[in-house]
Amino acid sequence: MLTNYLPILFLFFLAAGIGTAMMVGGSLVRPKNQYAEKNSAYECGIDPVGDAMERVKPRYYVYAMIFLAFDVEAVFLFSWAIVFERLGFFALVEMFLFILILILGLLYAWYKGALQWGN
Amino acid sequence: MIATIMKTVLMVNILLVVIAYITWAERKILGRMQIRHGPMRVGWHGLLQPIADGVKLATKELIVPTGADSLLFLIAPVITLVFALVPFAVIPFAGAPVWQITDVNIGLLFILAASSLGMYGIVIGGWSSNSKYSLMGALRSVAQMISYEVPLILALIGPVMLSGSFSMSKMVAAQEQAGYWFIFLQPLAFVVFLISGVAETNRVPFDMVEAEGELVCGFHTEYSGMAFSVFFLAEYANMILISAIATLCFLGGWQRPFPTVGFLSFLDVVPEIVWFSLKIGFFLFLYIWLRATLPRIRYDQLMYLGWKMLLPVVLLNIFLVGLFKFYSIPLLIYYLITFFTTVGCVAWCSKHFYE
Repeated sequence: MLTNYLPILFLFFLAAGIGTAMMVGGSLVRPKNQYAEKNSAYECGIDPVGDAMERVKPRYYVYAMIFLAFDVEAVFLFSWAIVFERLGFFALVEMFLFILILILGLLYAWYKGALQWGN
Repeated sequence: MIATIMKTVLMVNILLVVIAYITWAERKILGRMQIRHGPMRVGWHGLLQPIADGVKLATKELIVPTGADSLLFLIAPVITLVFALVPFAVIPFAGAPVWQITDVNIGLLFILAASSLGMYGIVIGGWSSNSKYSLMGALRSVAQMISYEVPLILALIGPVMLSGSFSMSKMVAAQEQAGYWFIFLQPLAFVVFLISGVAETNRVPFDMVEAEGELVCGFHTEYSGMAFSVFFLAEYANMILISAIATLCFLGGWQRPFPTVGFLSFLDVVPEIVWFSLKIGFFLFLYIWLRATLPRIRYDQLMYLGWKMLLPVVLLNIFLVGLFKFYSIPLLIYYLITFFTTVGCVAWCSKHFYE
C-alpha cells in the first residue's frame, strides 16, 4: 500500500536534484565579480538603512489566526464530504450546523473589524 | 519500478519544456493583445526565445546581498520548485493508468498539502534576502496565499462530495459515470476556484506580491540569474497545476466535450491526452488574458474579496451540493438553480466590490 508513495519520494528527490543542479551548475558558466556596492540590498540606489529582518505589522497574524480556524474546518469538512452519503441525513444537518457556527464566528470577526485591512 | 522512474523523469522534462514555451506563448499573446508582435528575432517567430532566455539567465551573476542568510537564500528557490513539481506525481494525464505516475487514494489532499508547502520557499526567500522590499513582498504573498487557500480548498469540497473520493482518477471516473461534468452542478465552486487559483499563483490581477510600482519585485527582488529562473519555473508549474486540478475536478479531465452526446463520438479519434492538454491550455490562456486585461487590485480589496465574498459564497455551494445529494432534485431544475445562484452571486459581488 505504502509503495504507492515511493514514486512521490522519487519525484521529490528528482525535483530537488534539478533545482540544486540549476543553482550549482550555473556557477560553472556565470561570472563572479562582486564588490560591496553590487552586493548591497536594493533600496532605490541609496545605501540601505538598517536591517531588514525587523518586526512587522501584526495585521498579518490576525489573518493567520482566522486562516487556522478555517483550515481546521476544511480538514473536518473533507473527512465528512467523503462519507456523508453513507452517514445519511443526520450527518448533513450536523455539518450544516457546524458550518453555521463557523459562519457566526466569521460574522463576529467581520463585526470586530478583524477582516478589515488598514487600521 | 524502472518504468515508473523513467515515466517520472520524462514527465518532469516535458513539464520543464512546456513551462519554457508557456513563457514564449505568454509574451506572444500579450504582444498580440497590445497590437505588437512579441519576440520575433530568435528563431522563426521567436520560437527559440525560451532557450536564449535560459542561456542568458544561466550566465548571469548570482548575487547574495550583504547580511543575507546565504544558505536559506540559496535553498528557498529549490524548496519552491520542489513543492511545485511534486504534486504532479498524482495527476492523471489520461484515462489509462499508464498516464499517471502513482494513483494515491488521497490524491487531492496530497496536492493541496504539497502545493501549500511551497509557501515556505517564498517566506524563507523573502526573509533571508535582508531587503525591505523582499520582506514586505513575502509577507503580503503569504497573507494573500493563506487567505485564498481557504476558498480554494472549500471549493474542492464540492467535487469530493459528488465523487466520494480523493483520488484524481476516480474524480474523473465519477464524472464519466454521472454523465455530466461537475462544473454544471457547481458553477459557483468553479468560479471561486478560478479566482482563488489566480490569487494562489500570485498572478495578475492579484500580483500584489510583485507590485512593480511599490515593491520593486516582491520576494524575489534580490534574486538574480538561475535562482530567479528557478522561482519562475515554480510559478509557472503552479499555474499548470491549478489548471490541471480545475480540469480534473470540474471539466471532466480527459473526456471529450459533451461526452454523452452520441453523434459527437467522432471526436473520440482525438487522444485523451490531447483533450486534457487543450483544457489546460485554455486555463493557461485565461491566465495570460487576465494579465493583459485587468489592472492590479488594492490590498484591502484583495482581502475583502477573499474573506467577505468568496468564503460565504463557497459555503453556500457546499449547502447546495449537500441538498442536491439528499433530495433527488431533477437535474435540469438543479442546473437552473445553481446557474442563477452563480449569476446572482457574481452580480452581487461585482456591485459591492468597490465599497
